[in-house]
Amino acid sequence: MSVEDTDWDGVRLHIVTGKGGTGKTTVAAALALALASGGKRVLLVEVEGRQGVAQLFDVPPLPYEERKVAVAHGGGEVFALAIDTEEALIEYLEMFYNLRRAGKALTKLGVIDFVTTIAPGLRDVILTGKVSESVRRRQGKDFKYDAVVMDSPPTGRITKFLNVSDEVSNLAKVGPVRNHGDLVMSVIRSPQTRVHFVTLLEEMPVQETLDGIRDLEASGIGVGGVIVNMERPAVLPPEALDAAGKGELDVDEIARSLKASGLEQHASEFAEALVAEAAEHSRRTRLEQREKARITHRPRYDLPFLPDGMDLAGLYDLARALRDQGAA
Amino acid sequence: MKNLDIDALIDDRRTRIIVCCGAGGVGKTTTAASLGVRAAERGRDVVVLTVDPARRLAQSLGLSELDNSPRKIEGVGGEGELHAMMLDMKRTFDEIIEAHSDPDRAKQILANPFYQSLSSSFSGTQEYMAMEKLGQLHRSQAWDLIIVDTPPSRNALDFLDAPERMGRFLDGRFIRLLLAPAKAGGRLGMKVFTAGFSLVTGAITKVLGGQLLKDVSTFVTAFDTVFGGFRERAEKTYELLKSPGTAFLVVAAPEPDALREATYFVDRLNSERMPLAGLVVNRMAVSSAHALSAARSTAAAETLDERGDHTLAASLLRLHAERMQLVGRQERLRDHFASANPTVPVTTVPAQAEDVHDLAGLRVIGAALATSGH
Repeated sequence: MSVEDTDWDGVRLHIVTGKGGTGKTTVAAALALALASGGKRVLLVEVEGRQGVAQLFDVPPLPYEERKVAVAHGGGEVFALAIDTEEALIEYLEMFYNLRRAGKALTKLGVIDFVTTIAPGLRDVILTGKVSESVRRRQGKDFKYDAVVMDSPPTGRITKFLNVSDEVSNLAKVGPVRNHGDLVMSVIRSPQTRVHFVTLLEEMPVQETLDGIRDLEASGIGVGGVIVNMERPAVLPPEALDAAGKGELDVDEIARSLKASGLEQHASEFAEALVAEAAEHSRRTRLEQREKARITHRPRYDLPFLPDGMDLAGLYDLARALRDQGAA
Repeated sequence: MKNLDIDALIDDRRTRIIVCCGAGGVGKTTTAASLGVRAAERGRDVVVLTVDPARRLAQSLGLSELDNSPRKIEGVGGEGELHAMMLDMKRTFDEIIEAHSDPDRAKQILANPFYQSLSSSFSGTQEYMAMEKLGQLHRSQAWDLIIVDTPPSRNALDFLDAPERMGRFLDGRFIRLLLAPAKAGGRLGMKVFTAGFSLVTGAITKVLGGQLLKDVSTFVTAFDTVFGGFRERAEKTYELLKSPGTAFLVVAAPEPDALREATYFVDRLNSERMPLAGLVVNRMAVSSAHALSAARSTAAAETLDERGDHTLAASLLRLHAERMQLVGRQERLRDHFASANPTVPVTTVPAQAEDVHDLAGLRVIGAALATSGH
């Protein structure tokens, strides 16, 4: 589908971040599906060991291995990988230093444990290193994956997580780790990489998003779009919303309507509750609009709240919504 | 479903520590702060230790920001007092170094590049330092109730692993190897090991580079004396967490992911024999017309549609139906948790229309925690 224009043509690494609870794993999965549709091959990478991707696609927990988890509309494929830090490190030692035997001895010595849990920054280098390897990997003369989507750590940690070379250069001034860090950084800083932020229309997540965008821009890493997740549709017409917010809805009139609808019993009680709920809805809607208005200067995509909860069909719906809005 | 009695918990003078844990974004910090306000207003001398750098929490407590030393919160009524602080992991780490080594050695450690990176890095250090700070606050005996909000860890209960991980690191052959390469060779020169040994030292140098290895080695040597006490204290704190004076509250949102995580926390706490007080389900959708179900509400709206008038009431009924659908889904999720974990007491907090901005807002949440509004 190369004729098609999307907002992120040419981007091959999509990094998805967001405050905890905003649904970034779901959005990352939907984005992977959206990018795959029309016959592309996309890799979805999970780095935090929570197996959220397996749950979303309703497959058994993922091993440290790229597995096909879904077929997109129009024949594309989504592969998923849950990175295990220890295995990734041993793989890295083998791939770049031909050190598989040493890897085993290192595990015994507790060095692998040290690197993956205690040594600062090195863990992040391994994770981002694996991701950038999958971005660069070729099959024949083409790239193995048309795009890679990374479900990354939450917004509060993202700048630090991606700035691996800073972390590493504090530690190692020269040497192979430093070189590796620099190589990873060149992928992350390239124009082929974009960081997307997932948010809800609430004060804290939006604030974290804006802070995160500012920090990333300052560090020279490309910011992509802002994805507003779980947006609720407007149920009340604008005039009613306005009146509800001002407390101008007539409880008695609503009670009469409820009686007319067949709700004879408790009509006035229900009417009072409905008016109170409408007022609350109005306050929330205003707050949401206010928060939405703060998301300026980056492309914004809106994903609906799925009232029945998240399932595979819902994931395809979200993927389509992303495509319809030009995100993929 | 067993009800979690929050007031009984905070009124009980034997409760000395409350640990709020849960996935990120479920309202842990707000829960901790609300509990703090409520406990103080019911006569306890409370300190809330948070790891959340969000300025909003500080502001809702009437401070411009929180830092590494407890600040008194003004405007809290009743007999008790409330203090709040935010964990500054680097500062806490530096203070430990300064307190437990002579000035020269402290200087040497603080200047070490590996230490600087370790003490400001996010992964792991924050958990150790939260444990350390909790131990410090407890030992100071200045408060009779400490409420802790745990770090938003990658792995749910990383902070529980802190002492063990530290022990694994310190007792590990790697450390001994770094401390005295020559001696380690002799000491560890068992048959199984000899083959791998030179391979390993070679590999480390090859991958990490000599300079980094030297930094780590210098750091470990200098840090050796501090480490011992560090680990001992971490183990004491771990024992403290297991003691009857501690209560763990698992905080969750009424979503499948958050409740799955909550189940994991509960299992983990039980298997570690940690005293679990109960589950807080935050931000539950509620309705004061609970008796009007989603189905009846939708049917009534359709009746009005057919009549062609009363459009306002019809849209209010639809709004209510949508809310009841959410209420029903969240209650089902909560009930699933309760039937899978029948011994775990549960309390719920209704969703607030707006974010908490002040003490009054925290009081509302505290009251909701105590009444379990359902």
